[in-house]
Parts: sequence; C-alpha cells; structure tokens
Amino acid sequence: MLLIPCPFCGEREESEFHQGGEAHIERPKNPDKLSDAEWADYLFLRDNKKGLYLERWVHRHGCRRWFNVARDTATNEIKTVYKMGAKPPRGLTKGRAK
Amino acid sequence: MVDPYLRQSPLAHLHLDARAANDADLVGAGLRLSERAHLGMINVRGVAADPAFAPAFKKATGVELPTAANTTAGKADGVHAIWLGPDEWLVITPPGREHALADKLRAATKALHAAVTVTGEARTVIRVAGANARDAIAKGCPLDLHPRVFGPGQCGQTILGRADMLIHQTALDRKSGAPSYDVFVLRSFAEYAWTWLEDAGREYGVQVVAAKG
Repeated sequence: MLLIPCPFCGEREESEFHQGGEAHIERPKNPDKLSDAEWADYLFLRDNKKGLYLERWVHRHGCRRWFNVARDTATNEIKTVYKMGAKPPRGLTKGRAK
Repeated sequence: MVDPYLRQSPLAHLHLDARAANDADLVGAGLRLSERAHLGMINVRGVAADPAFAPAFKKATGVELPTAANTTAGKADGVHAIWLGPDEWLVITPPGREHALADKLRAATKALHAAVTVTGEARTVIRVAGANARDAIAKGCPLDLHPRVFGPGQCGQTILGRADMLIHQTALDRKSGAPSYDVFVLRSFAEYAWTWLEDAGREYGVQVVAAKG
C-alpha cells in the first residue's frame, strides 16, 4: 500500500486515490492536420517505462482534487507531488520519452 | 426543497428510537451509536484567497471559515463548518435552519466568485461515541485516528468499509480519553454504514442511543 501525499489533505492511503494515467499529455492544437497515426498516438499510446514516471492521480474518496505525482515505477517511490497545471519540478524529466 | 413532513431518515426502517428505549439501561457498552437525522447541510464553494470571502462567510454563518486542511469551526451541536477541499466547505445547521442560512450566505457572497447549495437530503450523520469508538472505526478506515494526529475539531474525508465517509471528531473526553465522532455518509450507504459499525462494535458492546438532533 502506498502512502500518497495529497497536496491538499496530506498523506493518505492509496485506497483513497485513483490513478489517472500519464501526466502532461497535451491535446494537439490542430487535430484536423494530424494523420491517423499521430491522432492515435495522442489518444491511446502511453509510455510504460521502468523508472521515473509522471502521472495524474485523483483523491477520489477525499477532497476529489486531481494532482500530479512523480513516481518511480520500479521502486514505487514517490519523488514529489505537484498541482495540476504546474510544470514538473526541476531535475525531473518528462515521463514521455520521444 | 422537500416538504418537512415527507422527510424520512434513511435509517427509519431500523427503528432506532425503539432500540434506544430498549438499550436505555445497558451499562458498559464500548460503542454508543445514534443517528443525527435531518441536519441541514450547505455546500459552499469559494476562493479562500479572496480577502472578502472569509469575512462574508463569517458574517452569514457566525463561524470562522476553516481554511486549514482537515479542520472544522463552530460548535458540533450548532452551526459549524467543515473543510472539504481548498475551495470547498460543508456548513452544518440544526434541522430546519439550512434554507434561511443558505439565503444569508448567498446574499453575503453575491458579489463574489462563490456557490451555495443545500445538500442535506443527500447524507445522514451517525454519532459514534464511547470508549471503543476509535477502535471500531479504525477497523475499516485508512485514516490515522491516533489522538496524536487526529483530535477534536479535526475532520477527514475517507472510507469506512466500502463507503465514502466524512468523519469529524466532535469531542474528546479528557478523563476517559473516549472520543466522539460524527460520521457523514451518503443516504444510500446509511444502512450499510450503520450495520457495519454495529458489527465492528460487537466485541465492545453496542448501545443505541436516542438521537438528540
């Protein structure tokens, strides 16, 4: 069981949260100009890497707020949490390798 | 708005008044349960950082705006406010006073970025008290209820068994160390939560107490 530090409520148990997939996926500005492959990449394809991963979580059974978590998928260590709309803290690279 | 004569507690079918009368002479029960039915509840959204919001809130409700996470303000048996999120609060009133208070709140926050919604029909409140109240709730709640981190006046939204709950520690008996909690559950989970608590308290002895409102 993970202890997740909700930026609003403080440290709570994982069972109160839901994971919301990879963070910082931006909707393309001009969907019309994308190929089907590019659109599918935006819509369906997510990284599944071993190591540092930036992801979204929601405190579903608590304050019901979304926030970002930087978690190591190999060790489950939570490096940091930061609010929605904020950039990932310095030193943490974006989870999506291109 | 529901006509008052049509209002029915979601636990009405358990006939808690009759059970309370039956349990009146019971001694030594570690868990005392009662329903605080029909409390008024007002969901308030607003910008805590707006310097005009907290004073407007206080003017309308008479209690401070609890801006610190997991805290409450006011008297648990009167009007009080519970922190739900960085921009969300729940104001509890004695039965029947919610609409008048909501009107006052709406008038006070008219010029501000705020929303006031009466939501009392959605939930009911179970008062959980007694020497083993903490032990019973802790069986199905991931929140740390240890007195070092969770004391009187504090609240938290979490899980009880499989139901969402909002828990508010209303009091702590300094002599015996026995806490008293208000457990808010959604109407459709009320029977589940009540029977869950009775089951959890069986080893300590359960006494049903008449509701005081």
